[in-house]
Amino acid sequence: MIYSLYIINKAGGLIYQKDFAEGLNKLTSNEYLVLAGTFHGVHAITSKISPVRNATSSGLEVLEADSFKLHCYQTLTGTKFLIIAEPTHGNIDLLLRRTYDIYSDYVMKNPFYTPEMPIKSELFDLNLAKLIKQVGS
Amino acid sequence: MNKQYKQIGDEVWKNRVEKINAELFTLTYGSVVAQLVKDYEDYQEVNKQLEKMGYNIGVRLIEDFLARASLGRCADFRETAEVISKIGFKIFLNITPTVTNWSSNNKEFSLIFEENPLAEFVELPDDGAADELWYSNILCGVLRGSLEMVQMQVEANFISDVLRGDDQTEMRVKLVKYLEEEVPAGED
Repeated sequence: MIYSLYIINKAGGLIYQKDFAEGLNKLTSNEYLVLAGTFHGVHAITSKISPVRNATSSGLEVLEADSFKLHCYQTLTGTKFLIIAEPTHGNIDLLLRRTYDIYSDYVMKNPFYTPEMPIKSELFDLNLAKLIKQVGS
Repeated sequence: MNKQYKQIGDEVWKNRVEKINAELFTLTYGSVVAQLVKDYEDYQEVNKQLEKMGYNIGVRLIEDFLARASLGRCADFRETAEVISKIGFKIFLNITPTVTNWSSNNKEFSLIFEENPLAEFVELPDDGAADELWYSNILCGVLRGSLEMVQMQVEANFISDVLRGDDQTEMRVKLVKYLEEEVPAGED
């Protein structure tokens, strides 16, 4: 079961947040923004503290807790996709890539969407809901 | 390495790209250029506008490209050139321009276009267009926009065009600098 999706832009600002399950704890929109900014900072730190010499580190990819698992995919353009799901849910990497596909279609190809700004697209929401329903079961 | 890129490009073009009618595309682009010429009445200004339009396309197109081709970061500018030619142009225009004329510091190269889907059936008018207008200038903007999103600042411009009566259509791409301060954490 997929709990929620967060999309963070290059600068660390939250541009999309959606919950996909019923009965989840809700934060205020300000708290969501702080969460995204904090994650952006933590991700930057984690990519610098790799002790392996001469290797580039990808930064935080998975965060595991007993009640959820958080997966992060950072694109080459600096946008981060975060998915929070049940700890036992497999195949989140595929889901992250498919979400990136849908983002590149319904968000980036909309000529009226300004990059790096909050996403307000019905088509994106629709297709995302379809994807989550498909994968989340 | 090169064979690999060609294979990836072919595979993505065959299976993961929706196709449209080429004539419709050529006509649409043609009507855009014609309208710009009518509106601005100055070929240099039209060149500038085409490049700007291309830039806007490029910043969006890069996400589609990265999502479809699933490539990692290129190791150097030579690799970037190969990827642009064998995968980028292949996916979006089904052409593979030749990469040549590398500068000695490996920061500049040329793309030679054997065929140009934008300019099929086109003849430039006699009123000086052949000296001033770069018909396919939108492509320069697309390259500039998309490379900027992956932290490379480049300058791209046409240096010859068969529409102008030259022997071949050649675009020069110059790497100005890598945008180090914008590299996403973990990619440097």
